[in-house]
Amino acid sequence: MSGNPSRAPHDELAIDPEMVADMCRAFITSHVASTGAERVVLGLSGGIDSALVAYLTAAAIGPNRLVTVLMPTGSSSPSSKADAETIVSDLGCPSELISIEAPLAALLANLPQGESVSPVRRGNMAARLRMTTLYDRSALHRGVVIGTGNKSEILIGYSTIYGDAASAFNPIGDLYKTQVRELSRHVGVPAQIIAKAPSADLWPGQTDEGEGGFDYPTLDRVLYRIVDRRLPLEDVIAEGFDRDFVLRVSEMIRRSEFKRQMPPIAKVGGRSSGSDYLYPRRRPKLD
Amino acid sequence: MRRRVLALAQIAPSLGDLGRNFVLHEEKVQESRSAGADLVIFPELSLTGYQLQDLAPEVAMRRDDSRLQTLAKLTVGGPSAVVSFVESTDDHRLFAAAALLEGGEVRHLARKCYLPTYGLFDERRFLAPGDAIRATRASLGGPVVRGDIGIGIGVCEDFWHPTLPAILAQDGAELLINVAAGPARGASVDADQGLGSAASWGTLLRSTAVLTTSFVAFTNRVGVDESLIFWGGSRVIGPDGTVIAEAPLFEEALLLAEIDLDEVARARTALPLLRDERLELTRREFDRIIATRADLDEA
Repeated sequence: MSGNPSRAPHDELAIDPEMVADMCRAFITSHVASTGAERVVLGLSGGIDSALVAYLTAAAIGPNRLVTVLMPTGSSSPSSKADAETIVSDLGCPSELISIEAPLAALLANLPQGESVSPVRRGNMAARLRMTTLYDRSALHRGVVIGTGNKSEILIGYSTIYGDAASAFNPIGDLYKTQVRELSRHVGVPAQIIAKAPSADLWPGQTDEGEGGFDYPTLDRVLYRIVDRRLPLEDVIAEGFDRDFVLRVSEMIRRSEFKRQMPPIAKVGGRSSGSDYLYPRRRPKLD
Repeated sequence: MRRRVLALAQIAPSLGDLGRNFVLHEEKVQESRSAGADLVIFPELSLTGYQLQDLAPEVAMRRDDSRLQTLAKLTVGGPSAVVSFVESTDDHRLFAAAALLEGGEVRHLARKCYLPTYGLFDERRFLAPGDAIRATRASLGGPVVRGDIGIGIGVCEDFWHPTLPAILAQDGAELLINVAAGPARGASVDADQGLGSAASWGTLLRSTAVLTTSFVAFTNRVGVDESLIFWGGSRVIGPDGTVIAEAPLFEEALLLAEIDLDEVARARTALPLLRDERLELTRREFDRIIATRADLDEA
């Protein structure tokens, strides 16, 4: 159990959803324009994060330029698919259903005989197959893949590197899960999607909070203190948060630093990508 | 009366795209002329975009660059314009510069003195800091009844060092101009306008106007460079701290505001802060602190 100070918390993570929606839409519009892409390709899981990005993108560039891709496995819950379909029909955007069950089964069948696969490895495989599918669809549609990771999961590393973490740009990656919920309510994400327990949908009945042993409101308040406010852990604990939980969150952040960065390139030459060759991602031809 | 109409061009420059940005400037100058403006003020690095990194030397221009001269030609017959770009010099340094274009030429240049290199900023890595703080005088297109208008230009972070607008005001500025590329951060309902950066700038700009008893015109850009979303909120503030006009957040706008520069004289009569400033005292104490820090003081 994570600790929770008894006094009523000041809602320090509250945002002006109208303004933040404006910011996210401007971000999407600008990046789509600078890449020259005709469409945005989005993996729609039925969960709140991809739902929010779908609503923001449809509002920013029009639903006809948003291609949503539903990529269930055999173990995905039917309700996730139903929720994704609700979003598609509400937005009136193009959608594609591409099951990744067969390629996932093929990868598993291709492993050395008798090798058992942990749920985490299986989940990573599924995430990377979805990434592969999305990038391929984006080539077909002359699109760009949009990211849907939120700040909470990015900070604790609850994502698959080069899987769900891969994208051309991410409009919600600096919003805590609590803020994702607030913004989702504002932009019209269906209530049942906001209300249901967040899940990576890796196996039946899985929830983030059950698997991770936390609740998002508490996690977000601890992350906010450690990351945004740069408070020492002892000060966070002194506020009444459970010591073991705070230490565990800090450890999750520490162990996932690599997931938030491009891989280092050994500097050998005179000018090297990432070190001293530093350009904007997109730049116009100069005369 | 020295009335002037200011136009604050809250635009979204395209990163690194000089051609496109020059066209946008020409359009906004024309639009300002049609609106009867005497001065149009563009944001920081309006001609080049902000997050340039290694593009900075590639888009840099000398102050006598022909493209800049062509743009300046548009100011014959008004409005005057303040535009911003990466300036390259004979000794191959790069500055974040703001130029006052008037009567068809570049009349004055302000180089950014304070380059933020902390948090999300990395300016000092790519640019050199300016070494001069100078006010200038300009007619700003309008009818000159009692002399020109004193103008002081700072670039974004410059105003976060209060000595800079203070020096500009002491040097004769009545209208303080800040051209900015301020990225949004600190979204929270606790902040004024829901945005930490808007709230802190709002406080700073009003304080600067009151403490210098000057008009303050702040043009901040909108649009997106990489991760940064620029918040806009351009505004004109009177010498008593009153917000005269204010542009929306995150949207492009051409904000018009009429000001009467004679109000500065009245404000400074009522509140003679500049008259009472003790420059020699300030200098003496700064000299002492500088000496102490350098371990030069006689113990």
